[in-house]
Amino acid sequence: MVLQVPVRVRVNGVAIERSVEPRLLLSDFLRHELLLTGTHVGCEHGVCGACTILLDGEAVRSCLMFAAQVAGHEVMTVEGLAPGGEDALHPLQQAFRDAHGLQCGFCTPGILMTLVPFLRDTPDPSDDDIRHALSGNLCRCTGYQHIVDAVRLAATKARAQGDA
Amino acid sequence: MTTRTFGERIRRIEDPRLLTGGALFVDDVQLPDMLHVAFVRSPFAHARIRAIHVDAARQHPGVAAVYTADDLGALWKAGPVLVAPPPIPGHVFNARTQFMLARHTVRYVGEVVAIVVASSRYVAEDAAELVELDAEPLPAVVRLERALAADAPLVHDDLPSNVAAHVVQTRGDYAAARETADVLIRRRFRYDRGASAAIENRGVVAQWDPRQRELTVWDTTQAPIPVRNAIAASLGLPESQVRVIAPFIGGGFGPKIMFYPDEILIPWIAMQLGRPVKWIEDRSENFVGTTQEREQLHDAELAISRDGIIVGVRDHFLHDTGAYDPYGLTVPINTQCTLLGPYRVPHYESEFTAVFTHKTIVTPVRGAGRQHGVFVMERLLDFAAAELGLSPVEIRRRNYIPPDAFPYDNEILYQDSAPLVYDSGNYAAALDKAIELLDYDNFVHTEQPRLRAVGRHVGIGIVSYVEGTGIGPYEGARVRVETDGSVTVATGVGTQGQGHFTTFAQLVADQLGVEVAAVRVVTGDTREMNWGTGTFASRGAVVAGSACHSAAVAVREKVLRLAADIFEAAPEDLVLDEGRVHVRGSPSRSMPLAQLAARANPLRGAVRPGTQPGLEATSYFGPERGSTASGVHAMILEVDPDTAMVQILRYLVVHDCGRVINPLIVDGQIHGGVALGIGNAFYEELAYSDEGQLMSASFMDYLLPTALDVPPLETAHIETPSPLNPLGVKGVGEAGAIPVGALFAQAIDDALRDFGVETCEIPLSPSRLFAALERSREGAT
Repeated sequence: MVLQVPVRVRVNGVAIERSVEPRLLLSDFLRHELLLTGTHVGCEHGVCGACTILLDGEAVRSCLMFAAQVAGHEVMTVEGLAPGGEDALHPLQQAFRDAHGLQCGFCTPGILMTLVPFLRDTPDPSDDDIRHALSGNLCRCTGYQHIVDAVRLAATKARAQGDA
Repeated sequence: MTTRTFGERIRRIEDPRLLTGGALFVDDVQLPDMLHVAFVRSPFAHARIRAIHVDAARQHPGVAAVYTADDLGALWKAGPVLVAPPPIPGHVFNARTQFMLARHTVRYVGEVVAIVVASSRYVAEDAAELVELDAEPLPAVVRLERALAADAPLVHDDLPSNVAAHVVQTRGDYAAARETADVLIRRRFRYDRGASAAIENRGVVAQWDPRQRELTVWDTTQAPIPVRNAIAASLGLPESQVRVIAPFIGGGFGPKIMFYPDEILIPWIAMQLGRPVKWIEDRSENFVGTTQEREQLHDAELAISRDGIIVGVRDHFLHDTGAYDPYGLTVPINTQCTLLGPYRVPHYESEFTAVFTHKTIVTPVRGAGRQHGVFVMERLLDFAAAELGLSPVEIRRRNYIPPDAFPYDNEILYQDSAPLVYDSGNYAAALDKAIELLDYDNFVHTEQPRLRAVGRHVGIGIVSYVEGTGIGPYEGARVRVETDGSVTVATGVGTQGQGHFTTFAQLVADQLGVEVAAVRVVTGDTREMNWGTGTFASRGAVVAGSACHSAAVAVREKVLRLAADIFEAAPEDLVLDEGRVHVRGSPSRSMPLAQLAARANPLRGAVRPGTQPGLEATSYFGPERGSTASGVHAMILEVDPDTAMVQILRYLVVHDCGRVINPLIVDGQIHGGVALGIGNAFYEELAYSDEGQLMSASFMDYLLPTALDVPPLETAHIETPSPLNPLGVKGVGEAGAIPVGALFAQAIDDALRDFGVETCEIPLSPSRLFAALERSREGAT
């Protein structure tokens, strides 16, 4: 009998209770156990950033954690960004659409989850700030230009709304 | 009023699904009772297999099956040659393709020798560790220059040498012409390319449904219909019993057009075991198992007159094709043809030898050999310009094919077996625009001297290139107005992020007078579209786009005929707009397309003979030959001579892809290509040991450019419409990636002109550049 460990965790606001193998990666747990397949896996060694999720509000790579490690914590995946679905995109998602910040879209969930805490902490970023924030996420399609545009657009809109 | 969207920066309609995590990628397919596969791969570049011991793996708890070549029966055979060589007189092509599983000999690190099928990927990998490969390692041939040595180990010992192909193409008489030239520029060039490194690795999921008697395969392929056909042929099923779905694909860039043994093995296993089976490649497998591009070694000579007019070019090169050559001659032929660029080259002698080496198979990666050719030509012109006292701009301008010379016949054959004839272009206009936007003259005459005076090593580069795009044979599209008023478009190409959903929707929406958002595009599902070839050679918009357009035109005609009957009006008096058809000048005589679609499918009553039901049409488009895109890339960079690190200060692309359907998407395509080109030029290298081990097989060692490495990118367009398709478009998918190495080299040599650095090799890297600087410093002392 394979050893199982209990995991109690809140994922996108929902309380989850499962038993998992200790070696099960958090990325596999989210994708294959919880069927939250928006979190993507590109390298499984923590470089590409496609699997980035929020753990207690901070961006982490779900391929570098075990599911067992998130017991008692709060996880948010890309599915949690727009609870209202495709017709009610998160402002950052909307900005990505407006600025053509994605092509194949495979790296995009990880990039969104990296940028959500970044914009929370850096509401008025320079382009240089944005590029540094993005530098841990690999995108092979866009050349990053339209992603930088999208982040700037999202920040500008958020500040305008804050001023209003 | 519904506005025409052709040429507008339309936001993509596929984005909401992708942004919310709701898009289906292959690894997202979850089926009840599914089994998972891990491959056992050869750790040797060249070895003779004595035995493969699988008993321990078979007995491991959770393992459903383990297969080696001996278990495959009649399935064990060599894969197909996917692209037949063009009919070039005298060519040699030794076709050697990979077998389903290695049986007696392994020929590269990563070649699959056994398959483990288990209850989870974790268990499958546990059991794969228990498979013991008993093999005798043999000497490997790894370096390109060594492949033809008399004592080189043979990759295929039934051949007398490692020659995979030998091709000569000529125009005019170079040997005679070079005697008339004032100057001969001769150099050796090395151009190496690497992995496509799509962020999504490859994967296959297969399910056999014994009640429906249908095999369904989800596959990260760029060519779902050819894959469907190959699976059907290999497994003895009619094509209509096999459905291949290429859902959202996380980047393609070429290697996902290849046909791999796993695309047959996974469906075969699913049928054998009667359970769904999934295999998802991991990143380390991708580095050795998925095809790559690689190195060429060119010995080239440019013959040129004193006033800078090209007399001719001779180029002899070696091309590394890896252990097998399933993709024919596409990559080296692209090199051979694209070398000619936008220039008049009256005399051309090009000879290449493709060689087998004990490395991963080479097939096209974005640009597909064009980079190598552009690099050689552009560098030759740079060196000639320096010799003749001309500027890089001037030497190019003097040699461009003029705008009134099209169609322009280069008198050799292209990869699609058609003559290499350029359809249209205006190369000087692109150059002028780049010079203007970059303020080239001001930089060269004012800014650069000022910066150099304060010790900054800044350089400028400007290069030209052409790209053969949008080749045949054909694609198809089916357009249907649904009874809810929406429009469905189905086409056979797969899509990997190019924006096909939006671009094709725009073309159809414009014809039918509906919103782009009302058009649902289905790509890459063989049940929806039975005919087509795939996404390659920058052909989606050109070939499939033209088919979408033609089908939409046909549906429009059906709409008009039916409405003309209903309204008793002439078709030319009808207007399609806002999802309705109405009589011009009489808005009350109007009907929604939804209602018209229902009327087109009557349940009772007589139908006029010869009519077809529904507002639906299928059209095919096959161009006579490919359309030729072109462009100019320019950059300003700065080199730190102490660290040899390079910073790109400006990067500009002036591109001509004919008429632009969606500038937002086209800019994105160019940006991504440039980023890939920057990686190729300065960061990425597949570094092999002498034993054939890939030493850079992770993203920690194989460096993809990050947001800090790719500069802000500026783009501009000129439009010379293609006469070869109804839209006037040319392909754009690969353009950004093609001239970056050549551009880098020119700009770096310019920045380091005090050091006399002459760049004849790509990729560069900070350490390569540092070594070049050191050599220059030593030479100076």
